[in-house]
Amino acid sequence: MIDQIDLSMVDWARAQFALTAIYHWLFVPLTLGLSFIVAIMETIYVRTGNPEWKKITKFWMILFGINFAIGIATGIILEFQFGTNWSNYSWFVGDIFGAPLAIEGIMAFFLESTFIAIMFFGWNKVSKGFHLASSWLTAIGANLSALWILVANAWMQNPIGMEFNPDTARNEMVNFWEILFSPMAVNKFLHTVSNGYVIASLFVIGISAWFLLNKRHVLTAKRSILVAAIFGIITSMFLTFTGDGSAYTVAQKQPMKLAAMEGLYEGKAGAGLVAFGILNPSRNPGDGEDPFLMKIEVPRLLSILGYRDANAFVPGVDNIINGGFKPWFKNIPDEEREMTYSVAQKIERGKLAISALRDYKTASKAGDTILATISKKNLEENFAYFGYGYLNKPESVIPNVQLTFYSFHLMVMLGIYFILLFIVVLYFLNHGTIEKQRWLLWAALWTIPLGYLASQAGWVVAEVGRQPWVIQDLLPTIAAVSMVESASVKTTFWIFAALFTALLIAEVMIMVRQIKIGPNDGGQK
Amino acid sequence: MKLLNSIWRFYYDGFQAMTVGRKLWLVILIKFFVIFFVLKLFFFPNFLNSRFQSDTEKGDYVREQLIIRE
Repeated sequence: MIDQIDLSMVDWARAQFALTAIYHWLFVPLTLGLSFIVAIMETIYVRTGNPEWKKITKFWMILFGINFAIGIATGIILEFQFGTNWSNYSWFVGDIFGAPLAIEGIMAFFLESTFIAIMFFGWNKVSKGFHLASSWLTAIGANLSALWILVANAWMQNPIGMEFNPDTARNEMVNFWEILFSPMAVNKFLHTVSNGYVIASLFVIGISAWFLLNKRHVLTAKRSILVAAIFGIITSMFLTFTGDGSAYTVAQKQPMKLAAMEGLYEGKAGAGLVAFGILNPSRNPGDGEDPFLMKIEVPRLLSILGYRDANAFVPGVDNIINGGFKPWFKNIPDEEREMTYSVAQKIERGKLAISALRDYKTASKAGDTILATISKKNLEENFAYFGYGYLNKPESVIPNVQLTFYSFHLMVMLGIYFILLFIVVLYFLNHGTIEKQRWLLWAALWTIPLGYLASQAGWVVAEVGRQPWVIQDLLPTIAAVSMVESASVKTTFWIFAALFTALLIAEVMIMVRQIKIGPNDGGQK
Repeated sequence: MKLLNSIWRFYYDGFQAMTVGRKLWLVILIKFFVIFFVLKLFFFPNFLNSRFQSDTEKGDYVREQLIIRE
């Protein structure tokens, strides 16, 4: 049956989701970060009473508002696609998605939209304290919106806290707190929002640099840079810390993704971290070729990051395909650790699970309770490998190594550069000579798009690195898609491309116009 | 009543005083129209809801798909 699935439709459905997610993610991080930067600036205004800070706050608040307005509802389109292109998936996840997204809609959105009105309309109408509280609540609301969808995404990467019901073919949440506080969810949320904070810091610094290059609004620019650079450094540290946490959970739960991130084919104990490398494009699984044309490696660092043990064995692509190694757990003795299955063995168990589901369905309809009970037990015993049953060959579990590797390293290298930029900017600001450093100001301006590039690269790692899985180990893309015509998916792909491009152009035009106007005492709404 | 009136005036005066906000609201309204009245209605019907009435039928269909796609 799987041979009859239109693979071009699967690819177009994936491409459409990727396109809309990438565009959506152009608007969200700035909302997450700029909301907090604005709240910080307003706090300074309220505490000092200095009207210059009010002017600064209102300027950045307008830019926040532009980005927020253009970005509204771009995420809804992703939900449309769940229902149309990914119906098996959207049914299979059951209330795992429903509950988090419902909470997002009810709590976070209303919190956000209520207090945004006070932010923009409430100057001089409500007390300073109430207005400041509204700004903070808007920022918190925006970030809480991100929490729930990221919890849902984390569940896709590490499905826990649920039981599969073979009668309804749905996963049923049995432990909400396990899902909410899973290490994958916690790290994903914190890492994602802090990336938004870094992007917002780069945005403020870059635009302020433009003002300094044009010798305009010098005081506003310098004060904005001060706030943004400090915010950027602190959040960059947090980004690094949570990135480490994310990699650690990936090592535990998605070892193939980690192997792809590092271009690791043949695992080793005391594995090094590739600081820089060029992959061998002709390297195939199991061929024994050197995966790299060149690389610079930090010895043992991958073992430390992945398993908190410099001697830990980090499995590579070939090891995961072939199985036969013991996963590394520092506090569990070697004799108590079980050998991993090969992917071929997992495929067998996956097929057993699907077969058990078939038998259960037949037995239930026939009223054969004994067979139904046996089938259900077989299904439960093999359910952890359910998704493998759809795979034709072991190599199907390998994601695009090149894309995952280069995206990961691009993200990390840019992250390091951003930290250096924040430090250098602060140094010259403190020195009183930042206006003279035109090279630095130009670098800051051109770093704005690099922030977005790093952010998108991170999502590529997360989502390309988990392929072929829509839900890790349980549901591959081929089993998740709806049986729709590829022509309709292609059509809507191009509609989205046009719509989002138009929105992006509108945002850039409105934003640039507002930046050119600059901060003014009256403020615009 | 006085409170409701105050809230109404707050929003009314706020919208009246908008400058760049008006342009943004136009973008928002156009976007909402395209998303909800064009895309959703014509291009993104819910696959299961448009074919099945009850949750039982949807569950049976998905279960069948999960089985036959092996």
